Amino acid sequence: MDSSNLLSITTFIYGLAAFFYIFSFVFKKPFAGRLGTWTSLAGVSGNIAGIILRWVESYRLGIGHAPLSNLYESLVFFSLVIMVIYLVIERSYSNRIIGAFTTPIAFLSMAYASLSPNISDRIQPLVPALKSNWLIAHVISCFIGYAAFAIAFGLSIMLLLKQKDEKNENPFLKVFPDFKILDELSHQMIMFGFLFLSAGIITGAVWANSAWGRYWGWDPKETWSLITWFVYATLLHARFTRGWQGKRLAYLSIIGFSAVLFTYFGVNLLPGLHSYGQ
Amino acid sequence: MKNNKVSSNPVDGLWKFFASVKLTVMLLLTLAVTSIIGTVIPQNENPAAYIHEYGQFLYRIFKLLNIFDMYHSWWFQFLIFFLTINIVVCSIERLSATWKTVFTKTPSFDIVRFKNSFKEEFFDNHSPEELKSGFLPVVSKSFGYARIEETEKGFVIFAEKGRWTRFGVYGVHLSVILLLIGGLIGSFFGFEGSVNIPEGESVKSIILRNTGKEEPLDFEIQCVDFSVSFYESGTPKEYRSKLIILENGKPVIQKEIIVNDPLRYRGINIFQSSYGNVRPEKVDLNFTNRETGMIYRKNAAIGEEIDLPEAQGKFVIREYTSSFNFRGHNLGEAFLGILTPPNGDPAELVIPINYPSFDKMRKDDLIISVESSKRRYYTGLQVTKDPGVPLVYAGFILMILGCLVAFFTSHQKICVEVVKKGGKSRVMVAGIANKNKMGMQARTQRISKLLSEKAGILKG
Ligand code: HEM
Repeated sequence: MDSSNLLSITTFIYGLAAFFYIFSFVFKKPFAGRLGTWTSLAGVSGNIAGIILRWVESYRLGIGHAPLSNLYESLVFFSLVIMVIYLVIERSYSNRIIGAFTTPIAFLSMAYASLSPNISDRIQPLVPALKSNWLIAHVISCFIGYAAFAIAFGLSIMLLLKQKDEKNENPFLKVFPDFKILDELSHQMIMFGFLFLSAGIITGAVWANSAWGRYWGWDPKETWSLITWFVYATLLHARFTRGWQGKRLAYLSIIGFSAVLFTYFGVNLLPGLHSYGQ
Repeated sequence: MKNNKVSSNPVDGLWKFFASVKLTVMLLLTLAVTSIIGTVIPQNENPAAYIHEYGQFLYRIFKLLNIFDMYHSWWFQFLIFFLTINIVVCSIERLSATWKTVFTKTPSFDIVRFKNSFKEEFFDNHSPEELKSGFLPVVSKSFGYARIEETEKGFVIFAEKGRWTRFGVYGVHLSVILLLIGGLIGSFFGFEGSVNIPEGESVKSIILRNTGKEEPLDFEIQCVDFSVSFYESGTPKEYRSKLIILENGKPVIQKEIIVNDPLRYRGINIFQSSYGNVRPEKVDLNFTNRETGMIYRKNAAIGEEIDLPEAQGKFVIREYTSSFNFRGHNLGEAFLGILTPPNGDPAELVIPINYPSFDKMRKDDLIISVESSKRRYYTGLQVTKDPGVPLVYAGFILMILGCLVAFFTSHQKICVEVVKKGGKSRVMVAGIANKNKMGMQARTQRISKLLSEKAGILKG
């Protein structure tokens, strides 16, 4: 079995985990939630094994490099980080409803990587500019940041739903964590994401400076990562102004994640030079 | 007095305007939205392309708003300038209060605030006097500052830690300022250009990227040697140039550079960025007689007409190309020439360097091929200078450290109040923090538990 097969199986397992969490939420069956946890753990193991195997395979091909060099590989890593962060949250808050809103993102990302005809899962040799440890640091930080924002996105959707139900009557929303907890948790995810996005932009700038002698060139991918950064910086400050609480922050978080998605997928549709990720 | 106040009002008003976080929110959002424009409309292309794309009318409007170089436009710079003033004013406004909080000798504690926040309570059979000596070490063990105050019916312990973490946010804001100053320095005192150097040759100037003008250097760059290696698939694996820096004709430094590993000399960075084939000026040609196998050699310069052997006519090499396409195959480097027979029409010939028998297809008496064209590369170098980089990198480090402090540390205060109730004591433990309130709750619970355990093992 090669890494692509293993990662395809992982995709399937993540789909199953997402299904269990959603089933457990909709039909109020706690055992399905527990199944979700175990399935997620299996998926995470498969995901990690797939990444390691891919690393080994690249060395066997004589073009050894860390498996973080193209869109396929970064999506696989992105899914892994989402699942790991989610499982940590599940453990510390003992609440599996959040899984229904976050694990589907990991599944969709893996499914897109495995199934999209535009994304090659071949292990490709690195062109000279991509041979840099800064690049590895850049990809890792960016995708940890994006994963945290993805989870904040799921939490923001929950926040918006929860807020509609002020009297706490809706039986579906009753099982949600408290509004306060959702708010605090999504804020924590955003701070975590902001730190890693900043680190990602910084390591990217250092890499560009070591490869081309300039740390910033306003190319569309760079600019979009800065736009994302502006949106989340807005969000962090909006918390300190009255009238920008709850709902508006949740909307900003959703806009922020849309900017992440655009930085990730949309930019390739724009005119530009960022060779990486195409 | 009153007059005075009125006259200072506009300044006050302006100060308030720039100190507000609302302005920050607006500015950051505006920056986010306007930045999109430059990613949708390609920047710095030539006017003809824009007119073709958008038409005269839109072109004029865009041009007026500097949309084609928007990140350097007056209005974008203006937004950034506003943000800078905003950060500076906001920081000054808050710094003195933060400074006092952090550097005070005797921090103030407001017992009412503690009572209104998260608290735990328990009763113990000991009297406050008995508990006092046991409780203080428990609290001061996990808080840097602790003091005890006597009250009418018992005592209160106040403790806190992490005062300095209030500076984290200032670190982040200062880092933004450093980045902006660093960027400004770079754009005023730096440059960015490129130069191609054929193997064995040297240059004393480069071509600037933005203006296309020549920029003289204080020294000479010589390319001693260039090599490129390929993967099996044919994509380049590594480019490598051996460079020597010459000052007044004397070598001072030598280094082999590859992509991602530049040569730095006197504040100027020299990066490997591309390569290509040098257009040869002269070439050794072989003329082989198809029947006798006799080979004639001739050296020809490009554009120079030569007589063919055996009085077969005249031949001139018109052009060199680094890649010649023949029926969908790339034959690589080739010369294009024109052969004029003694009595006949001139014919165009292709002589690929790597395929000496290609000309056999012409079925002429003489087969023309290239004897040895020693392949010569040029190395493509990016040459930049940016004295702002150290400041920018300092900003990078400060931003990460500042974020770590601002997000994940907090200023925590705890208050333990012990009041005599009959022969027993009522203990209240309350904690407040400027951030991560839920984390502080857990911490307060933990301290409360430790204290009740401590009370449990006290004798008496
Ligand atoms: C690109 C520019 C800026 C960045 C990257 C930035 C970053 C940050 C960060 C990371 C925080 C911490 C947020 C938190 O703890 O949740 C913060 C807090 C804050 N920022 Fe900014 N900021 C910027 C501009 C500004 C400006 C222009 C102002 C001026 C009003 C400002 C005022 C504040 C205030 C008042 C706080 C809260 C401080 C506190 O916790 O007491 N920021 N900023």
